[in-house]
Amino acid sequence: MANTFEPVIVAFCCHYCAYTAADMAGSRRLSYPPNVHIIRVPCSGKVDAIHIMKAFERGADGVYVAGCLEGDCHFKNGNVRAGRRVEYVKKLLDEIGVGGERLEMITMSAGMGEHFARTASDFTEKIRKEGPNPVKLFTGAASRSAAA
Amino acid sequence: MITAERKPMEELIGYLEPHQRILLVGCNECVTVCAAGGRKEVGLLSSALQMAFMKTGKVLEIKELTLERQCDPEYVEELVSQIDGVDAVLSMACGCGVQEIARRFKNKPVFPAVNTSFMGASERQGVWVERCQGCGDCVLGITGGVCPIARCSKRLLNGPCGGSTDGKCEINPEIDCAWHLIWERMKVLGMEKSYEQIMPAKDWRTNRDGGPRKIVREDLAL
Amino acid sequence: MKTNSKLEKILNTGSLAVTSECGPPRGAVPEKIQEKARMLKGYVDAINVTDNQTAVVRMSSMAACIFIRQMGLDPILQMVTRDRNRLAMQSDILGAYSHGIDTMLCLSGDHPQFGDHPMAANVYDIDSVQFVQMVKKMRDKGKFQGGDDIENPPKMFIGAAANPFADPFELRVLRLAKKVAAGVDFIQTQCVYNLDKFERWMAQVRERGLDKKVYILAGITPMKSAGMAKYMKKRVPGMDVPDELVERISGVPKEKQAEEGLKIAVESIQRLKEVDGVSGFHIMAIEWEEKVPEIVERAGLLPRPEV
Repeated sequence: MANTFEPVIVAFCCHYCAYTAADMAGSRRLSYPPNVHIIRVPCSGKVDAIHIMKAFERGADGVYVAGCLEGDCHFKNGNVRAGRRVEYVKKLLDEIGVGGERLEMITMSAGMGEHFARTASDFTEKIRKEGPNPVKLFTGAASRSAAA
Repeated sequence: MITAERKPMEELIGYLEPHQRILLVGCNECVTVCAAGGRKEVGLLSSALQMAFMKTGKVLEIKELTLERQCDPEYVEELVSQIDGVDAVLSMACGCGVQEIARRFKNKPVFPAVNTSFMGASERQGVWVERCQGCGDCVLGITGGVCPIARCSKRLLNGPCGGSTDGKCEINPEIDCAWHLIWERMKVLGMEKSYEQIMPAKDWRTNRDGGPRKIVREDLAL
Repeated sequence: MKTNSKLEKILNTGSLAVTSECGPPRGAVPEKIQEKARMLKGYVDAINVTDNQTAVVRMSSMAACIFIRQMGLDPILQMVTRDRNRLAMQSDILGAYSHGIDTMLCLSGDHPQFGDHPMAANVYDIDSVQFVQMVKKMRDKGKFQGGDDIENPPKMFIGAAANPFADPFELRVLRLAKKVAAGVDFIQTQCVYNLDKFERWMAQVRERGLDKKVYILAGITPMKSAGMAKYMKKRVPGMDVPDELVERISGVPKEKQAEEGLKIAVESIQRLKEVDGVSGFHIMAIEWEEKVPEIVERAGLLPRPEV
């Protein structure tokens, strides 16, 4: 077993854009790391702060919320709300010493398969460098998955 | 509503450090409306606290509960079944609720999770502003529905002062000059003449200055 | 005559009165206030002493006034409602009067947020209008605000401030009317740069007959530089500095700007002398007190009357 740390990444992807982009990445055989676990939501605005917190609580090393581009949200401004919430939770994560850099808001359109794959890779590498979620340090939760 | 904001995590962690099991109690009234201490915030704070302690190898046991409100003894009584199983209580209610819990459960430390702030109203979603100071002698009927005590930075009763600029308060351009608002309302209501009446010096006894206050309804207090 | 105040005597004769202002030191250094007062001797009729101006702690106005009184000069005690409740105010008024101080200015005061102790609790027990009422009651009825009798009531000549340039404009005359109804004897205005607007305000003041009920001293502050003009235009609430003025002072080379500022001040006084209802001038040369004698002289306000 290699000693390299394999981060567990949870990606909340909105059905209309991000999830479709992920789908496209899949169908075009554009690979992205298996570390990224996608959770499909009807709109990025459906993601609540508690969902993000629970993901980290259960051992996710990094989380991102992927929604539509500015102005394109199927539900008008769900993506704007999601962005604000992400900022709020980032501050909270900083306050408790987990680190706001482990959370990001990303936007893309349905056709941006390559972008999806690239951001998934980039984020995974970023989190790999950050190291494991400090919440797991003592509880030996390396084997805990961050499945929803 | 009474508004409040969550205290910094550092402070809360400091309170809870010596304890193993706590009761985290939210309130379904004011602090829910200003998103500081309702059911949702209880869940968030619980998760945040747990993660904060897990990093240090400590598992903090948290029982989450949200009462209808914490300022009535009947509701606080609902905590009886839970209280023996915990070392301390962290209340997300305003200061009134925190004190009520502390009064009822004398042998448990009770900590406030929020800083209670002011009596106010929603300006729009996510923004709450101070409206009332609880002076005990309401003058809103003669000031066109705008309170000079809560909303004038100098609580002038015969304002505005010489610093009113473009309808804004001199201390902060984001604060409306209360007397500007009052004057505009008076014009609309045709009450300009009453502006010229001098409002005499206020009797602050009905305010907190007369000592902590109490209201008794003889018809209700058996 | 309501009091023994020299200022009242001069205003009563119909001559234009001249007052100026001193800020007390930020330490226990009485020499500083004495030096400033000495500079003004013979050039002004009375000297305002500010009260923790801009909410910055300085030697108390009353203490500084006592030093000025001991020099044989006439101080005007400025008192703000920000820092003292009505007990402390009445108490200080008795103390001041006992030291021979007979003229005062009743103000609300700059908010602590501007000063060096923004963390302090604000008092604001009463406002400036109620303050005027209170001092008048002490003087004319011989009673404290709460109703009890005063032994040897203080006979204070009561002043207040007015700002013709703050918003809303329409209220500025009404506010003055309120202070007059409360019993104010004299008014010192915020410094006047927009002479047209000031004259419009004075016209409304006369329309309501207020000029017959109160003495109005127009505030004059000389500009030291173009920088000061711009700062006052943009950063000081309730100040109206016309563009033409900023242009005028910016239009001269730096070393000539102070002199231009003095010229403008003198011209303003000369123009305002002609305005009906203006009973005098309050010259506030902040940190430039040494120029007050020159301004008074160039404006043709010397010699000061003997009363």
